[in-house]
Amino acid sequence: MTTTTVARTETSWETVIGLEVHTQLRTASKMFCRCPADYAAAAPNTYVCPLCLGMPGTLPVINRTAVEWTIRTALALNMRIPELSKFDRKNYPYPDLMKGYQISQYDMPLSEGGWMDVEIDDLGRQRIGITRVHLEEDTARLLHRENEAGERFSLVDVNRSGVPLMEIVSEPDMRSPQQARQYLVQLRQILRYLGVSTADMEKGSFRCDANISLRRPGDEALGAKVEIKNMNSFRSVQRALEFEQLRQAAALEAGETIAQETRGWDEEAQVTVSQRSKEAAHDYRYFPEPDLPPLQTAAETVEAIRAALPELPAARRARFEADYGLQPFEAGLLTEEPAPAAWFERAVASLGDDVPAGLPRGIATWFVGELTRLMHDAKPPDTLETIVVQPAQLAGLVQLIDAGTISNTQAKDVFAEMYASGEDAEAVVERLGVSQISGEDALAPIIRQVLEEHAQAAEDYRGGKAEALKFLVGQTMRLSRGQANPAQASELLRAALDDTAE
Amino acid sequence: MTAPAADPWLTIVEAAQRLRGGEVTSVELTRASLERIRATDERVRAFITVTEEAALESAAAADELLRSGDAPSLLTGVPIGLKDVLMTAGVRTTAGSRMLDQLIPPYDATSVARLRAAGAVAVGKTNMDEFAMGSSTEHSAWFPTANPWDLERVPGGSSGGSAATVAAGQCVASLGSDTGGSIRQPAAFCGVVGLKPTYGRVSRYGLIAFASSLDQIGPFTRTVEDAALLLQEIAGPDPLDSTCSEAPAPDFSVQLGEGLEGLRIAAPREFFERNAEGQGMDEGVAAAVEGALELLAGAGASLDRGASLPSVGYSLPVYYVLAPSECSANLARYDGVKYGYGSRGGASMWADMEATRQEGFGREVKRRILLGAYALSAGYYDAYYLQAQKVRTLIRREFDAVFAGADLIVAPTTPTVAFRQGEITDPYQMYLNDIYTIPANIAGLPAISLPCGFAEAGMPVGLQLIANRNSEALLLRAARAFEGLGEWGLRRPSLG
Ligand SMILES: [Zn+2]
Repeated sequence: MTTTTVARTETSWETVIGLEVHTQLRTASKMFCRCPADYAAAAPNTYVCPLCLGMPGTLPVINRTAVEWTIRTALALNMRIPELSKFDRKNYPYPDLMKGYQISQYDMPLSEGGWMDVEIDDLGRQRIGITRVHLEEDTARLLHRENEAGERFSLVDVNRSGVPLMEIVSEPDMRSPQQARQYLVQLRQILRYLGVSTADMEKGSFRCDANISLRRPGDEALGAKVEIKNMNSFRSVQRALEFEQLRQAAALEAGETIAQETRGWDEEAQVTVSQRSKEAAHDYRYFPEPDLPPLQTAAETVEAIRAALPELPAARRARFEADYGLQPFEAGLLTEEPAPAAWFERAVASLGDDVPAGLPRGIATWFVGELTRLMHDAKPPDTLETIVVQPAQLAGLVQLIDAGTISNTQAKDVFAEMYASGEDAEAVVERLGVSQISGEDALAPIIRQVLEEHAQAAEDYRGGKAEALKFLVGQTMRLSRGQANPAQASELLRAALDDTAE
Repeated sequence: MTAPAADPWLTIVEAAQRLRGGEVTSVELTRASLERIRATDERVRAFITVTEEAALESAAAADELLRSGDAPSLLTGVPIGLKDVLMTAGVRTTAGSRMLDQLIPPYDATSVARLRAAGAVAVGKTNMDEFAMGSSTEHSAWFPTANPWDLERVPGGSSGGSAATVAAGQCVASLGSDTGGSIRQPAAFCGVVGLKPTYGRVSRYGLIAFASSLDQIGPFTRTVEDAALLLQEIAGPDPLDSTCSEAPAPDFSVQLGEGLEGLRIAAPREFFERNAEGQGMDEGVAAAVEGALELLAGAGASLDRGASLPSVGYSLPVYYVLAPSECSANLARYDGVKYGYGSRGGASMWADMEATRQEGFGREVKRRILLGAYALSAGYYDAYYLQAQKVRTLIRREFDAVFAGADLIVAPTTPTVAFRQGEITDPYQMYLNDIYTIPANIAGLPAISLPCGFAEAGMPVGLQLIANRNSEALLLRAARAFEGLGEWGLRRPSLG
């Protein structure tokens, strides 16, 4: 294989990107039969029945939950839900397709015409159109193997055959690989908030094909479209699009034309490789699925699903900023997935109705800081489900800091203990004997000692060097083995120095 | 020795009476059926598979139920045949194709499961045109079936085995499937009663699909009353078939005694006149059918010979677009990878898959797959598939219009009596056999064929009655009344 090196050229091309996402629904059963859909831990070919094996005589029965979840997703993406929808057969022969056709939706999908606002820090908010969200069935999985003699063969695992698959097709509204990646991040976030999919790209429950073309800014017509497949992380989507952007620009600059084709992303070589040209494209011979009557969706059903929609990430982020005074990056981190946001809100709720201002922000700081670090450092890494420390306990710790009972530095040690044992903050503070030395009486002898030992620094301060005070506070903390309340120490030091200034 | 009361020529009603009266046991009746198969099937060849052991076991179980007075239905203990297109758990099911040579299904079709629950005794799987595509049972991958009335002639198709087994006195009744006439045409050719119910009346679950929007399962019997009884057992909602009607099946026998008095019967011109291409009934068939019309009128029905279905002549072209289109997808699963026939040792996986289909399917099946794939392909879809769907809707509406002024429609079942084996080699001539039966499939209507006379060489002629959707009870009432006007159904072939 040759690695193409593409020089980064300064171009005046506009990039046009559209994404096609396939995401598995985590319903209890498959799309058209009653086999369990969660095959992740199942031995190959154990979650199968005559229907999903494509045995003769079997007939599909629509999984109503899958339809409802697709409508739920569509509503979260601001789509229209037509009253009438239908399934179609998409014909193509492949050994992973048990019936020789896939039951999909062609010209009457469950939903059409929606949008999602994609936000990137330095680019702001951009509205991306969503063409359609429809429902279909997943195929079996082929495992390619080689025996000792070097012969290559394929094994078929039918467990995945018939798992509900939602297809989400965007308009060609994205203008950069970074934006495409952000679209995927936010889409995954919405799917997880809705609870309809694990949307895990590495595990294959969330797959993305990208269409990319280049044109001169201001042109209406789209350039020749290249479809990129075979990307298995958000990062690889961005990298593949970046590569393709440069490849196409270089070709166009050199006066070449771009072939409309399908290219595969080679993760190892970090290049896209031509797979098949448009001429060889399949004719899927779609026609209405005669085994399933058309799907009627009553307006009341749609409204009931809409009313039951959970708060979505964008709304929650805005609320966290407004109600809890969080910084955008903190709100963003906390709301990335439903679980951290819920954990955080449980912690805030434990403070009672009259939450002192600043405490929620403190909790957020501890969550995105220490808690996240400890979970990440654990071997194997912890999750919110596996940790023993409870939301109310973190809130208790933040309260102790706020009351001046312990310093931030002490709190780190206290929290490490809490994280390990699940004890309350008070209990750890008592057990370890840590508490801040506050009050003039307790601090006065230490301050006296510091001023005696560091007469030069005291002199400097009096001479106008304000930084010298910081040094003296540090010495006070050292002498008190970290137990002094730094704010108070600073105040007392200043008072003592000012007194003796005369 | 067969007990004298054990006679497979019995009707279901007669057999039920004898079984309950203790004159005969199900085991005796089943033995008689199996003996008759042994004696005649070398000549008739109605069966692909005879399940002697299983049949005798179910017969013994049926006898238990009959003895204890717990017989679930009138079919309990009655020997029947099943078309080989119905999936039967543990019993080889080939659909008449080499492709499914060794397929042992893991499950029962809903209709089969319901007959088992009713205590019926399945004696075997009957021969058919491959994947139900054909009108003569000459397109079975295994062997042709003969017409019991004249072994040189075909029994019709595609359910030829199911028609022949009843006509030959091997079984009391049987099940077939009808996509374009595959029950009614062989019933007419073999002189028995054949009923295609309303589309959606009988679950298609476990019926190996030919054309999903047209396929329906139905009974072959010796009498109309038996057809009502058998339909009763297999009809009704099925959660496994989304196209099956959710309305519970009504009592199909309830109107059987009511006669023809006052019924408005339309005889649309298009079924009785020669069409633009000069196609129509043979003389002998026309004479028998005209005689039947006179009898209907004489028995108190009013006959409307002015009725018209202007587009019904397009039924055949519509059918030969839609059915192949659907079959091209339905038969795509047979690739040799999962079950059934598989060609091995080719240069690649694709080569093996291609060889599997090349070797596993017969000519007629391949012809229809190609027709269908063509009709659905890019650039042709609108002109063929979509256009055919539009005409289908039109034909449906024309039937609705006729039924607005009529209770039933009468028509011939076939243009000719059973033809000789090998006589028709041109596919289009073969397709013309179904010009009178296809319209009911296109419109999803229930239709029945029953004996109405004999023509050329003493071969039986069938009369077709068509009713509005879900009006099987009315259809069966009229058919039963007509049956009583003659003795055509009582004659037996001289098979020995
Ligand atoms: Zn299954």
